[in-house]
Amino acid sequence: MAEKTMVEAVRDAMFEEMKRDERIILMGEDVGQGGVFRASEGFVAEFGEDRCMDTPLAESCIVGAAIGASLNGIIPIAELQFADFSHPAFDQIVSEAARLHYRSDGTWSCPITIRTPYGSGIHGGPYHSQSIEAFYAHVPGLKVICVASPYDAKGLLKSAIRDPNPVIFLEHKKAYRAFRQEVPDEDYTIPIGEAEVKSEGSDITLITYGMMTHHSIKAAETLEQEDGTSVEVIDLRTVSPWDKERVLESVKKTGKALIVYEDNITGGFGAEVAATIAQDAFDFLDGPVTRVASPDVPISPYSSILEEYILPNPEKIAEAIRKLAAY
Amino acid sequence: MTVTREATKTFGLTEKQLVEMQYKMLLARAVSVRQRMLQRMGRGPMTFSGEGHEAVQVGTASALRPGTDWVFAYYRDVAVALTVGMTPRDILRGFFARRDDVSSGGRNMPSHFSHRDLRIVSGSAPICTQVPHAVGAALAAKLRRLDEISVAYFGDGATSTGDWHESMNFAGVHKLPVVFVCEHNNYAISVPWRKQAAIENVAIRAAGYGFPGVTINGNDVLEVYGTMTEAVKRARAGEGPTLIEAKTYRLMPHSSDDDDRRYRTREEVEHWGAKDPLVAYARQLREIGVLDEKSEKDLNDRVNAEVDEATDEVEQEPTPDPASALRHVFVEREGA
Repeated sequence: MAEKTMVEAVRDAMFEEMKRDERIILMGEDVGQGGVFRASEGFVAEFGEDRCMDTPLAESCIVGAAIGASLNGIIPIAELQFADFSHPAFDQIVSEAARLHYRSDGTWSCPITIRTPYGSGIHGGPYHSQSIEAFYAHVPGLKVICVASPYDAKGLLKSAIRDPNPVIFLEHKKAYRAFRQEVPDEDYTIPIGEAEVKSEGSDITLITYGMMTHHSIKAAETLEQEDGTSVEVIDLRTVSPWDKERVLESVKKTGKALIVYEDNITGGFGAEVAATIAQDAFDFLDGPVTRVASPDVPISPYSSILEEYILPNPEKIAEAIRKLAAY
Repeated sequence: MTVTREATKTFGLTEKQLVEMQYKMLLARAVSVRQRMLQRMGRGPMTFSGEGHEAVQVGTASALRPGTDWVFAYYRDVAVALTVGMTPRDILRGFFARRDDVSSGGRNMPSHFSHRDLRIVSGSAPICTQVPHAVGAALAAKLRRLDEISVAYFGDGATSTGDWHESMNFAGVHKLPVVFVCEHNNYAISVPWRKQAAIENVAIRAAGYGFPGVTINGNDVLEVYGTMTEAVKRARAGEGPTLIEAKTYRLMPHSSDDDDRRYRTREEVEHWGAKDPLVAYARQLREIGVLDEKSEKDLNDRVNAEVDEATDEVEQEPTPDPASALRHVFVEREGA
């Protein structure tokens, strides 16, 4: 088993799937040259320009053409260069991909995967930093995955490609090359909708996903060492569908819930998690359901001083854990 | 009177095929009129009219191979749907939102045609979103080396959208087997063409995408058929897309909720009414001796009987099971 970066794991997942099934193609801007993050390095040499297709710079048409191709026996992976640039394709994703199966009473479907790098913390400014999962988690008919580790990226991307429904696959760009992790060379999948307990604990349940998983684990370790507080960290990995059972089971055990997400606090996906806990685990709660997220300013300003001020980090999370633990 | 049949004007179509085209146009008109009547009587919800567009729709769709070629229609395309093989029952089940509505099971608004076996793909209401899908289906046909073409239908309103430009461009770059059919009726609901574009003929834009565009009389079903046949031939031969701009007119308001007196003069509507494609084609068929008074009457009677029968039956059909509203959000896997 080799240690890989997340971008290598993403590449491996696509490469292996495209080797396995010739119906699968990758299409997007600059993918022929390997893509701006090098996720399709060497694909043209292996699969040719038809299966690793450079497209005109037009996100709506990338997604729309992928939808059309998927109706006619192709399984497209549409790469949008940055999540921030996915907005021109919003109509195709929400009106078309998400609703096609429903509005045709189950007769048509579109098995497409839309991959895009998302998230902040890389000094990317207001247009290379956005989190977009809440938009799409709100839409029935879409599955939404947020990955920030090599192992999850490979297993979940394979599941996304094989899923008969449209899947939004969000790759946290800060995690692309931040660290390496052992990734099996062989084929494996991770079920969509299954959370992972990163560390077991008994005092507080911390629910998170994406890059915030890493910050949360750090904060939990600090609290364990300094205060002896035992935090159960759950990485949702998939926000639609999300693993309510696992989360509720844990909250019923600990009696306290802290939700950490990178997006703006208002209407972020963590709000849905909070509402569900408040409704379905009310009798078990021993403190306020609490959120740590970014304030409601456009994410994120270019200056790293400004960006760091806004984003949640291990210190802010640790502080919130302390406050909640005091109840 | 001796009748001269000019093969060049009838494109080698048999008498039967020539009459079939009139039959489809009459059928589409009758189904539309019936829906409007039912709506006024409070027996149906709302209607979208394609009346006036029948020649574009029947002329183009008659050049396709149903179930092989891909059809991405929009809400005025009732005559496209009927020509490719949907029935008045199929259309009316959508109108009445009946359980067995093949288009959507009562989920989509009326006139959003879909039929999997006929490869008429379900559409939505935002304008022009189906055009990239037509391009994608054509891309798949090209990648898989299938002898299939794709047709995107839209009105002049669609030509202002980003999706339209993006699709034309994509199809041009990849030389895809797709035909773009613009049913140019001069209005995007109430906005006249002169406020939509600074050019007279949208077909000239095709040059900017690297393929031919042609402007034709959309009220002449045979001219439409002839043009479409050429475009289909080009697509199938791997020569790439064609944009057909068929000039026509919407004889009725946009929908049953629209009052076109606010934006069109009655003189203008009457002017175009005199060019009604059904009347023009019937005259043409009489002139070449394919129809006479009796066969024309028989054809009309047949159409009316068919629509009467379909209305009576479909209105009595069951509505969807309420709880079925929760189904088909996602593909239900076998065994799940």
